Amino acid sequence: MTELFDLTILGAGPAGAEAAIEASNWGLRVAVLDEASAAGGQVYRAPQFEPRTGPVDPHHAEGNALRERLERSGATFLRSHRVWDISMSGQRETPQYTVSTMGPSGLTEIQSRALLVATGVTERFYARPGWTLPGVIGLGAATAMLKSAQVLPGRNVVVAGVGPLLSLVAHLIIQGGGKVAAVVDVSPLSEWLGHVPAMMSRPDLLARGAKWQLELAAHRVPVYRGYDISRIIGTTEVAAVELGKLKKDGTVVDRFQIEADAVCMSYGLTPATEVFRLLGADQVFNEECGGWVPVLDDCQRTTVPALYAAGDGAGLLGAAAAPLTGALASLAVAFDLERISPADFARSKTGLDAKLRRAAKFGRAMAKMARPRPALMAAIPDSTVVCRCEDITAGELKQTIQAGAKNINALKFATRCGMGPCGGRVCGEAAAAMLECHGIKRSEIQQFTARPPLRPILLADVTRDFEYSDIPLPEPAPA
Amino acid sequence: MKAPLEHGNKAVSLRTEGESAGTSEGRNSFIFSFNDRDVAALEGDTIGSALWASECKELRRSPRAGGPRGMFCVMGVCQECVVRVNGRLCTACNTPARPGMEVRTFVLDGQKDLK
Repeated sequence: MTELFDLTILGAGPAGAEAAIEASNWGLRVAVLDEASAAGGQVYRAPQFEPRTGPVDPHHAEGNALRERLERSGATFLRSHRVWDISMSGQRETPQYTVSTMGPSGLTEIQSRALLVATGVTERFYARPGWTLPGVIGLGAATAMLKSAQVLPGRNVVVAGVGPLLSLVAHLIIQGGGKVAAVVDVSPLSEWLGHVPAMMSRPDLLARGAKWQLELAAHRVPVYRGYDISRIIGTTEVAAVELGKLKKDGTVVDRFQIEADAVCMSYGLTPATEVFRLLGADQVFNEECGGWVPVLDDCQRTTVPALYAAGDGAGLLGAAAAPLTGALASLAVAFDLERISPADFARSKTGLDAKLRRAAKFGRAMAKMARPRPALMAAIPDSTVVCRCEDITAGELKQTIQAGAKNINALKFATRCGMGPCGGRVCGEAAAAMLECHGIKRSEIQQFTARPPLRPILLADVTRDFEYSDIPLPEPAPA
Repeated sequence: MKAPLEHGNKAVSLRTEGESAGTSEGRNSFIFSFNDRDVAALEGDTIGSALWASECKELRRSPRAGGPRGMFCVMGVCQECVVRVNGRLCTACNTPARPGMEVRTFVLDGQKDLK
């Protein structure tokens, strides 16, 4: 693609899609990319087939509305595009971004004057014995399966971990005709109650949550609050789950087993920061925002010229706030590219700021739930696999930390933890928590270095059909 | 491993209720193969969703410990569901299933094939 766009947006979730719509309204030429085959991100994930016949998805109608608006906006939507590299060229203050993607028709490069990162979050996984068994999936995975594929995780499913995703997943399973064996929530009831005042800012969502709790009760689903999974039992698939009361030091006591054939689990969300790492944007560790977040000004600008961030990937604030930060970022881009007047900019910004303050109240309470809980890795048995790609165990990591590894990259070099095809996205939070359990601060633990390819791509796709005779040989130098 | 599974029979499918009750009108069904075994799929399925619905969750073995693995993140991040499709590596969770596709377990050099 030789076309120069004003703005490339990475991610067509609630933040990215809204940003694309807004930026198009401001007259910008916009390209928006997503790995998925439809816009909507995880919250508004589109069904694989319409009309959907599966469980009632509370976000389905909103998602379709967003997709329609994006369609009409005039922005170029590049679906099923996997970004594997990003580079900057030109002047430091007025750079040109080149985004390299692998799409349905092969490799493409997209050029633009500004780049907005709206890549959302990754789930935080804390390893548990048996969590590598087929049938154990993330909570986000479960929503994808139920909303998009309309397939149940299992016949008798344990839903475990933390945050509002627990009730959403349990609700979707029940609506889909499946059975929830138990909900195992790390947060004690007191933690939930503590957030009620903030949740009052969205009575609709609070009421929906309460309705889902009643639904669980009506289906006689045991809900264990202040409990955690200590072990998942099975040989080639899930047979049972061991759980018990969670103590402050991360140990699980009074354990017992329940039968189950699938487990959906994750322990919160953390912003996906690989693009900020790759491009060298300053970041700060902020537990209240889900972990590492880019340093932003009051208009979603990062510390790198013409690089912006929006949505949960810029700091957890939830799906209600995401379109607002997306719109704010687009406003900043339009202003920085001199497409709107300072007066228009100020007027629009004031409006968005007010809406954002309201939306953020609920979002912040949920973000607190999703925070890192390193103690949950303190009591993990040595034989547990932490890095799934490379089969690196907790014991190996512990040994390396005790031998002197002080940050996550030292741990990676010594053990290969995080070096596999997932790029450390699955094990990173668990490995960092283990370092934290040894008294090291997250600011010192740092993050895995991000290098291209950001997503695995096939060498054959890069080289294409290729013969040695295709290589242009320079003329030999005169003797 | 279990015998080939037919869609539409509630007892052997993990499709959600609306789907398995036969209300999936307009969604054509077709067959592809996984390790030479027939898998029933519905229009719109990914390779991963069709296999999961047929309760075939184990897709490969891990490289070092040889442990069973299957779909985990279902959004193209974790790479646990990598399979070979007509020889080419791809993630089952986000690759659309097509009639007649030959899907095989991704086996590393020196690793035993899934049986």
